[in-house]
Amino acid sequence: MDVTSLTIDDVRSAVQERKTTALALAEQHYARIQKEDGEIGAFLTLCKERALEQADRIDRMAAEGRPLPPLGGVPVGIKDVMSTCNVRTTAGSKVLGNYIPPYDCTAVARMEAAGAVVLGKTNCDEFAMGSSNENSAFHPVRNPHDLTRVPGGSSGGSAAAVAADMAVVALGSDTGGSIRQPASFCGVVGLMPTYGRVSRYGLIAFASSLDHIGPLAKTVKDAATVLRTIAGRDPMDSTSADVPVPDYVAELEKPVRGLKLGVAKEYFGDGLDDEVRHAVETAIDKLKGLGCEIVPVSLPHTPYAIPAYYLIATAEASSNLARYDGVRYGYRANGVKSLSDMYRRSRDEGFGAEVKRRIMLGTYALSAGYYDAYYLKAQKVRTLLTRDFEEAFRQVDAIVTPTCPTAAFRLDEKSNDPLAMYLADIYTVTADLAGIPGISIPCGETKTKLPIGLQILGKHFDEGTILRVAYSYEQTDLRQTGN
Amino acid sequence: MKVTEKDVAYVADLANLELSEDERTHMVRDLNSILDYIDRLNELDTTNVEPMAQVSDRYGVDESKQGSERFAYASREDVLEGLRKSLSQEAALTNAPDSDGTFFRVPKVIER
Repeated sequence: MDVTSLTIDDVRSAVQERKTTALALAEQHYARIQKEDGEIGAFLTLCKERALEQADRIDRMAAEGRPLPPLGGVPVGIKDVMSTCNVRTTAGSKVLGNYIPPYDCTAVARMEAAGAVVLGKTNCDEFAMGSSNENSAFHPVRNPHDLTRVPGGSSGGSAAAVAADMAVVALGSDTGGSIRQPASFCGVVGLMPTYGRVSRYGLIAFASSLDHIGPLAKTVKDAATVLRTIAGRDPMDSTSADVPVPDYVAELEKPVRGLKLGVAKEYFGDGLDDEVRHAVETAIDKLKGLGCEIVPVSLPHTPYAIPAYYLIATAEASSNLARYDGVRYGYRANGVKSLSDMYRRSRDEGFGAEVKRRIMLGTYALSAGYYDAYYLKAQKVRTLLTRDFEEAFRQVDAIVTPTCPTAAFRLDEKSNDPLAMYLADIYTVTADLAGIPGISIPCGETKTKLPIGLQILGKHFDEGTILRVAYSYEQTDLRQTGN
Repeated sequence: MKVTEKDVAYVADLANLELSEDERTHMVRDLNSILDYIDRLNELDTTNVEPMAQVSDRYGVDESKQGSERFAYASREDVLEGLRKSLSQEAALTNAPDSDGTFFRVPKVIER
């Protein structure tokens, strides 16, 4: 079976009807990883034993004629910030280079319970801090569309694995854009659900009030299927919401005619690349052609999102990363003189430059004398940004924007300029701060064949609407390009 | 310049980082560049704006109740092994850089 451009339904029905086996598909994906991933670098750890065991379980179900679960036999990649029991989980950091979790992340457990075959752990920026995947302590990831370019970050490995058909779908995490931005750069679908929609239990914490788990997929329907699988209250995460999970897949087919889509000028200002602007405007026209009403909205505090984000995220990170002290797990420096020497040297030698920068910024923002001016100020601006969305969503059902101001940039292009790197997240951090869901879907490419992403933002817990808009756009696009 | 070498040394101390000479120099430059950008927050008047620490306190909260009762949705019964069996001692020590089989082992804590 050709494993390129396989979807969840393709896999599930082929395995169910015994046209192939989950085992054969897993092996084919491993062969593809063997062949392609030397250049791309999307995977950090493969867990073949675990994958083949699960594949065998699915094959036995199929052989007995039992109906397969929704992800039966589907080969998936898991971003290496999600704990996998007995499988090394590094968060892209030297600090956790040998860390073997004693339990599974809820989202991973739910994927496997639904029949998914976990191939391995995907590369990412260290502790999910980065927008290019160049901050991985192990090796960078290269964009499958152009190996001289970054795949985006921090879920760059997950996006590249899906884009290069090394996994059918993957899980990523999004704190400031880390699912949607790499999805945009790699030409795949990336969905960040509402904050609390998916349990964070077992997700290695970066910024707890901003961290989200979500899918990267080749199609909107696959993203909907994965979300349906991983969403819902988990008693192990007190911030996971007790809100009913609708059948996102069944809702895809509902018509979009009459939906009101907001367009905010703040997302089309200076710094937006002309080709990206053109592609996004063309996409908005197509949505209008599908019967959506395009409504101008205003999100006036958007220019303050990046500064607020980089204070809140780093403050939370400085606190979350205090746990890496070389005592219970993780890296410990050799030849230390005292306990405090051990803490310092372990952290100094273990963390990479960007992680240290963020710990420093966050600690500074929380320190005596600066707390009010920085951290508290940022939290107040977070309220203003959230109010912007609440106001806009009184008038519209969803908001459409570019996912990123540019297509994928070159490796090393921004790696020495942290501020320039932070600005790559300018259109994505807003949704993390407000806790609303957002999806990035491919909407064309540049002249040099680099993918461009369209972002659709929705109301709290209204993933159904943004998936539906994304799906109808995708279907129209497929009809027009004849793919 | 908002942040000096001295500030960087102080903050590094708070964060349990040492940082090399070279790292400190870069840190001064980077933090100043980022904080300059962050300064634009001062353009906003936030006098009567409530700070927002969490998204999840915007839903599920029962406003008719008082105090922590408002967050009853997030609580569970306090029972032994309520959600998950505790890790065995062996499992909890597996990742320890140093242990004696019963405890985590660290360098001497009391310095004299």
